[in-house]
Amino acid sequence: MNDDHIVSSFDEDMTRLETMFLEMGEIVTEQLKSATRALRKEDRVLAKQVVKGDKQLNKMEAELNDLAIKILALRQPFAGDLRKVVTTLKSAGHLERIGDLTRNMAQRTNTITKASADTGPIETLIRMSDIVQDMIITIMRAYKNRDTDLAMKVRARDESVDTSHNALFREMLTYMMEDLRNISGCMHVMFMAKNIERMGDNVADIAKEIIYMNTGDWPEDKRIKSDKTSRMIMDPDAL
Amino acid sequence: MTNDTAAQSEALAPIMTARGVDVFYGKKQAIKKVSLDIPENQITALIGPSGCGKSTFLRCFNRMNDTIESCRVTGDIQFAGQDIYDQKVDVVALRSRIGMVFQKANPFPKSIFDNVAYGPRIHSLSESKEHLEDIVITSLRRAGLYDEVSDRLNEPGTSLSGGQQQRLCIARAIAVDPQIILMDEPCSALDPIATAIIENLMDSMKEKYTIVIVTHSMQQAARVSQQTAFFHLGELVESGDTETIFTNPAQERTQNYISGRIG
Repeated sequence: MNDDHIVSSFDEDMTRLETMFLEMGEIVTEQLKSATRALRKEDRVLAKQVVKGDKQLNKMEAELNDLAIKILALRQPFAGDLRKVVTTLKSAGHLERIGDLTRNMAQRTNTITKASADTGPIETLIRMSDIVQDMIITIMRAYKNRDTDLAMKVRARDESVDTSHNALFREMLTYMMEDLRNISGCMHVMFMAKNIERMGDNVADIAKEIIYMNTGDWPEDKRIKSDKTSRMIMDPDAL
Repeated sequence: MTNDTAAQSEALAPIMTARGVDVFYGKKQAIKKVSLDIPENQITALIGPSGCGKSTFLRCFNRMNDTIESCRVTGDIQFAGQDIYDQKVDVVALRSRIGMVFQKANPFPKSIFDNVAYGPRIHSLSESKEHLEDIVITSLRRAGLYDEVSDRLNEPGTSLSGGQQQRLCIARAIAVDPQIILMDEPCSALDPIATAIIENLMDSMKEKYTIVIVTHSMQQAARVSQQTAFFHLGELVESGDTETIFTNPAQERTQNYISGRIG
């Protein structure tokens, strides 16, 4: 495909859209990284920064929406251009959602740190966050380079987030059963884990959008979902 | 096969087929080995940059190219199972089965009524004065014009607005009861409202007629047609259902044209 449109301002709009989306990806990654560090270091100042930082993401998403709508209305794109505008618009929504989930994670960090609540082991949660951060970085690279294979790999990788979530769910149930005083902190950790699990789903959805953007076809295979927490029950007598 | 699927496949059968069509203006080849099916009761849009041959190809369908002396058409075009370039074909009768609407509305310097009545008269389609009136009114209704002109049928066709004149030409084409209507840029001289009225009309007309439209407006092709064929440098680059052509074309040249990368 020729890279340049006959109308060069069309190219400028498309480049701007791509740049805004990539910037959103960088900020989301930084936010999640900071939220995770705040949890690990029990750093309330950093957690509050993350909460505040989400506003910037919301603003960027609103601007990206405006630009995408402007392109649709004024440029009336077709084919690959149309797919790029629509999938970028949708994917920016997924990034914004990841931002919201990250903010919620930071709010919970602030709450449990302030109360010095015992949360039990959080290594699994940290591992989940590390995987998702890497997934976001990789999916943004797949978008930038129009790399369908890489997007497929990221989409498949969400399974490992689900698996970690299952393990953490079990760990937390056990920890709460051991001592009722752990429940408050553990509940927050479980919600944080659920947040990260949802972030993984959002990244997998972006991967799906990129596959469509590049090929014009939606992936036919169903993504493997391994989140089994909705079916999990713990028998106190088994402890 | 159930009745439903039989009916469906019948509806999708092409009413017209072109196979290996070449068109020459003198020594210059304008159309190169084009093969295309025109599905019945659908709107087929022919798109492509200026000079790509789309209008030339459209004019093959009712032998309008015969009127150009230097023009030579080879290949096979079948309409309802008959080779339309067969020497035995009555071209005037053919053009009553396959009507045409042009870029610029061209009403005859006659009344609105006589413009529409012209075809039925020369083809002796009416049995009586009342029957002729019936044909004229039905045609004007089908062209979505009757309500606007019912009280002034004796006024000249040229007194109408551009959009109305174009619908008068559509009524004129309909009056001889064609099966196919060819439209060569029918809206390019019209404002957006008149264009929308014609597009809405085309959509309702496809229940009774098969329409082939040449348009420079890709948005129009996307809005009105079910099938789109992209021409470039006299070749048919790609044809397929309109949604696929405009969201995920198979050919790079189509992608480049519809997304404004080549003219």
